[in-house]
Amino acid sequence: MPSPTLEFARAGGAPLGTPTKITQGSRTKGGIGESTLRPDGTLKVTGEFAYSSDMWHEDMLWGQILRSTVAHAEIVSLDTSEALATAGVYAVMTYDDLPTDVRRYGLEIQDTPVLAHGKVRHHGEPVAIVAADHPETARRAAAKIKVDYRELPVITDEASATAPDAILVHDDRDDHHSRHVPHPNIVHRQPILRGDAAAAAERADFVVRGEYTFAMQDQAFLGPESGLAVPDDDGGVHLYIATQWLHSDLRQIAPVLGLPESKVRMTLSGVGGAFGGREDLSMQIHACLLALRTGKPVKIVYNRFESFFGHVHRHPAELHYEHGATKDGKLTHVKCRIVLDGGAYASASPAVVGNAASLGVGPYAVDDVDIEALALYTNNPPCGAMRGFGAVQACFAYEAQMDKLADAVGMDRVEFRQLNAMEQGTLMPTGQPVDSPAPVAELLRRVKAMPMPPERQWESSEGVDVRQLPGGLSNTTHGEGVVRGVGYAVGIKNVGFSEGFDDYSTAKVRMEVVAGRPVATVHTAMAEVGQGGVTVHAQIARTELGVTQVTIRPADTQVGSAGSTSASRQTYVTGGAVRNSCELVREKVLEIGRRKFGSQHPAWATAELLLEGGKVVTGGGEVLADLVDVLEDESVEVEAEWRHRPTEAFDLRTGQGNGHVQYSFAAHRAVVEVDTELGLVKVIELACAQDVGKALNPLSVLGQIQGGTLQGMGIAVMEEIIVDPETAKVRNPSFTDYLLPTILDTPIIPVDVLELADDHAPYGLRGVGEAPTLSSTPAVLAAIRDATGLELNRTPVRPEHLTGT
Amino acid sequence: MRVNFTVNGRPQQADDVWEGESLLYVLRERMGLPGSKNACEQGECGSCTVRLDGVPVCACLVAAGQVEGREVVTVEGLAEAKGRAAGPVDSQTGEGTALSPVQQAFIDAGAVQCGFCTPGLLVAADEMLERNPDPSDADIREALSGNLCRCTGYEKIMDAVRLAAARQGEAV
Repeated sequence: MPSPTLEFARAGGAPLGTPTKITQGSRTKGGIGESTLRPDGTLKVTGEFAYSSDMWHEDMLWGQILRSTVAHAEIVSLDTSEALATAGVYAVMTYDDLPTDVRRYGLEIQDTPVLAHGKVRHHGEPVAIVAADHPETARRAAAKIKVDYRELPVITDEASATAPDAILVHDDRDDHHSRHVPHPNIVHRQPILRGDAAAAAERADFVVRGEYTFAMQDQAFLGPESGLAVPDDDGGVHLYIATQWLHSDLRQIAPVLGLPESKVRMTLSGVGGAFGGREDLSMQIHACLLALRTGKPVKIVYNRFESFFGHVHRHPAELHYEHGATKDGKLTHVKCRIVLDGGAYASASPAVVGNAASLGVGPYAVDDVDIEALALYTNNPPCGAMRGFGAVQACFAYEAQMDKLADAVGMDRVEFRQLNAMEQGTLMPTGQPVDSPAPVAELLRRVKAMPMPPERQWESSEGVDVRQLPGGLSNTTHGEGVVRGVGYAVGIKNVGFSEGFDDYSTAKVRMEVVAGRPVATVHTAMAEVGQGGVTVHAQIARTELGVTQVTIRPADTQVGSAGSTSASRQTYVTGGAVRNSCELVREKVLEIGRRKFGSQHPAWATAELLLEGGKVVTGGGEVLADLVDVLEDESVEVEAEWRHRPTEAFDLRTGQGNGHVQYSFAAHRAVVEVDTELGLVKVIELACAQDVGKALNPLSVLGQIQGGTLQGMGIAVMEEIIVDPETAKVRNPSFTDYLLPTILDTPIIPVDVLELADDHAPYGLRGVGEAPTLSSTPAVLAAIRDATGLELNRTPVRPEHLTGT
Repeated sequence: MRVNFTVNGRPQQADDVWEGESLLYVLRERMGLPGSKNACEQGECGSCTVRLDGVPVCACLVAAGQVEGREVVTVEGLAEAKGRAAGPVDSQTGEGTALSPVQQAFIDAGAVQCGFCTPGLLVAADEMLERNPDPSDADIREALSGNLCRCTGYEKIMDAVRLAAARQGEAV
């Protein structure tokens, strides 16, 4: 079997198409561009790394949450007396026990009750919380709480949400979106109108239409929601927590507790993956409430069943598309309508709508568009952030459309995409110019040029290895009925928080001499969720400060906000903040150097000086002083905020505006083998080409691309949270029934990384994490269509969709 | 109840164990060995994989009482059994700790991201390499099919196990 390939093409010199080995410029070992290893690697392989569920405290209690067993109901009565009387129970709390008038929270709209108040709006909504001396005692006590529900009709889709007599999921909306939405059960709606799509449609020689359905996907991070709240002597609380953004949590937690933010101390514990599912609060407030009520440390750990109810999911979507093209293959127009199901609470829905709308055409140049995206309030599980964030659903649909349209025109599907590919200078549907490299056609060329995996790999001189076949060790075929298919797709994702959000980060950097060596210390509140931000921060500090030894302080709220570990933004924004603070530290170090040694060499006054290899050097490499001698016993420390270019809100009527910071692009080629008799699919290979601007850590870049690719494959052929349309109850909240790709399901994932610098970004880098999740799904779907000839307009594809049974 | 068993070569005793507790709970909450992970607690993800009398099992599916008198090896015991020190130990990061070949290979190959699946994968991979020192890719995939990873796409995990096998081969 071929090993994954890795080739790097460099910008600013080598022309495209002539990959060269990366040779990074930093002269300090372990700087940017090297595949340095994770600073937490040893702790993670020895089992010593402390995840949030590993927290332990003398005398701690266990918290448990009672959740609603129905999706939409009034709470007629709530009786906690039997639970409270249970031996070992220290506290039971309901809505009535909340300490302040702030009893809701939310990322953008504060619509989520800390505990249900008279009504539940989705299956699994928190109703009461219990603290006890053993987790099983807490679970059993919670089960003794008597809740009398009077069930209400459920809102489950657009038709039921916007029917004339529809029950309002929230009948007291006063959020800023409520003023412009066409119906109170619509969280947010964003049209994007550019050119004249109706007139352009008249010029089209070919028009294709499609209706697409995208399933609800779970982030399925492996580390369950968990944390430990420890009461402090001053009446405050210290929360050890797994999250994606400490300061966002803090802003939501403190008002509910009735505490100033200074009395809610937050320290990041080990985070077992996130993928968007930890942007919203889960058990944070509940653990703090119980700790403050009992005066004891309280730990809450969800099990997997509860985790399926304890975080938001990826929005399922209905997507309606019309594409047109001239007979020579140029796109004339795109019309689309994207309906996202936001579930019972808003979470990140407004921003997901903005992404789905503004990225709804994909990485193509088309002047005439008519786009509408909206998110519904329903009684389905709340949906919010997941890797790809609105762009994933759209990519699945517009790439299916591009194949259809290429076929209608009679062009090769890849060439058709290349003909219409956007490039640097193209205007987005929002009117925003793409002002950095946009190598869409090149990525397609590269992914197509990769060698194809050999045919019939299951056959060898030793016979048939069923592990290589659809169905695997179930031994369902020896190759009979197996057909190969190949599919291509490409996508566009925004990087960073958009639409005018003040998307800053903060870094504190210190430099001093420890045990005779110069040492840099980097302290940020960045949530390391596995992506490798801590590795990159150390690399940046080495490059900028010329030291080899870098200490990364644990993330906490004792330093300013780093913003969220999401939107592919942390290497860009917190990486940018670390670089900026390092530069400020360097200037201060050089000032000390000039003071001490300035008279000894004229270069101190004139040249642009660098810190490299523990020394102050000139641009030409001449050593002026050793950092140890410059610093002696002084330490230099800077804490500073850093911002990328500002963005603008999208116009509410036309969607026009410079809403995004940066775009990232990836393309995939999927090769599948389908047992057409049984409807079983084996994805053989998912080749990816992605532009990353600059790979600060090539090994981590590959890890992001391959991991993101597999999550895209999951939604293509396996993953779906199934919600009963009659009751709005979740039917498969377990890893037994929600299928995740195992190593046996996983194809080889060769990756071709392109580095075309974005001059606006630190080191020219481009956010990496999300783009590969976009194009993976439609590439797999296209390959299955290629193998079977079926239309397949929904994810995931299940056997019955292939066999018609 | 009281349970006596051997953990990573040392006799251990757990007191006040409720009969419904799993081996995973006892290891994590009573013995201070949280290396075995609690990702699903329903035997689907493999993150709690330990060896019970040498056989890989999901510790979440083993009742604590079942291990009475038996031998358990967790991820915390891998390095002790097979580790070679790499140098002075860094008190902050643990670098320089004696690691088993498969542990070192996971670090070197970039097979660790969030790391929550890592302990279970290490125990499973270590056991496979004992049985099958020169595995094919298909063998590796089959042996690790009970261990979910959500971060890596498994490619670097494949690389890590190939690397561990190759290094093990060179060392012989």
